[in-house]
Amino acid sequence: MILIIDMTWKNDSLAFDEFVLPIVSVVKPLEKCAIKHFLEVNPQLLSECSKIILSGTALKDHATLRQVDKFSWVKTFDNPILGICAGIQTIASVFGESLTPCLQIGMEEIATQKANPLFKGHFKAYALHNFSVEAPTNFEVLARSAKCIEALKHKQKNIYGVLFNPEVRNQTILENFVQSS
Amino acid sequence: MRLGVLFSGGKDSTLALHLAAEKEQVVCLITVVSKNKESYMFHTPNIDITVMQAEALGLPLISVVSEGRKEEELADLESAITQAKNKFDIEGVVTGAVESVYQASRVQRLCNKLDLWSFNPLWKHDQKALLETLVEKNFKVVVSGVFAYPLDEKWLGKQIESQVIERLVTLQGQYGISPSGEGGEIETTVLDAPMFYQRIEILDSAIEAKGGSGVFQITQARLVSK
Repeated sequence: MILIIDMTWKNDSLAFDEFVLPIVSVVKPLEKCAIKHFLEVNPQLLSECSKIILSGTALKDHATLRQVDKFSWVKTFDNPILGICAGIQTIASVFGESLTPCLQIGMEEIATQKANPLFKGHFKAYALHNFSVEAPTNFEVLARSAKCIEALKHKQKNIYGVLFNPEVRNQTILENFVQSS
Repeated sequence: MRLGVLFSGGKDSTLALHLAAEKEQVVCLITVVSKNKESYMFHTPNIDITVMQAEALGLPLISVVSEGRKEEELADLESAITQAKNKFDIEGVVTGAVESVYQASRVQRLCNKLDLWSFNPLWKHDQKALLETLVEKNFKVVVSGVFAYPLDEKWLGKQIESQVIERLVTLQGQYGISPSGEGGEIETTVLDAPMFYQRIEILDSAIEAKGGSGVFQITQARLVSK
């Protein structure tokens, strides 16, 4: 089962339909999935997941970044994780990296820096964020745009993060994550 | 959260209003009346009926007229949203964007500039499912504009119901049109919806069709008790 974590500021928020449901619509036809708000995640639920996707959220929503302590499980979870937008920001914060102001709204050119199972080459993707991330210790850069790092991976674990929103114009990236071994 | 809805009177903005009102407080409607019939940003057929729709909804309407020149439309939209912020203390804006990155990112930028939240509750949703939701929730929606082959004047004034949805989905397979009109193939006007305290009754209308496009213009209408 793949767990899709709602990273919006509250359970059943108005941003849920915009940032979580489009991910569900890609994942659900491929694999059984569960959807939980980030405040509802618990050890029992984590033990039942084969993979986890952390959603993005609205531009003004920084709820997860104020509650990074709720994501300490990211360091000990052994299966693949993909963080999208607020998801990668939160993962970077969990691993001790601070965020840098960087506004991107709209389509951006992304260039792959390192071969990986999720994407390759140059492509355009939809971005919506106020902050970019630096690579924490033990992470490598998978992709960049002209402005900032766009994708990261932990060097030893299958923890991925993308700053753009693949559910908008790059659903194949989500499919590749779901189908990757 | 106090919200203003970017409201064209069509099915998407009215459904977005409905979804937003289920979770937050919608305090006003915001309309840009574009004089450009081919506006990239704003729905145009029957835009004047938004006044009657706002009355039916019991919500105040902020309406700004735009000449409809491509980037000036954005300044007009900014003016309308700023008025809504100053007059009704809105904290965020809701749009009916489904697929258009062009529209959604422009509103996102404006909201960011004005320090407002931006919500798109229909974003990336399945277009057939959106049309079916309208029928399930008893929205009364008519086709008020057609702008792509093979849609023609026979579609104008038709109410969106199950058979019409099936036909649109078939045309999607055959001609690649977007069944909900996301590519500007179809425009709609909402005459009744669950949040309407009164419904709109059309008393007179006119069809203007030319070449591959046409408009169903409501020339006279009234509000009727439900």
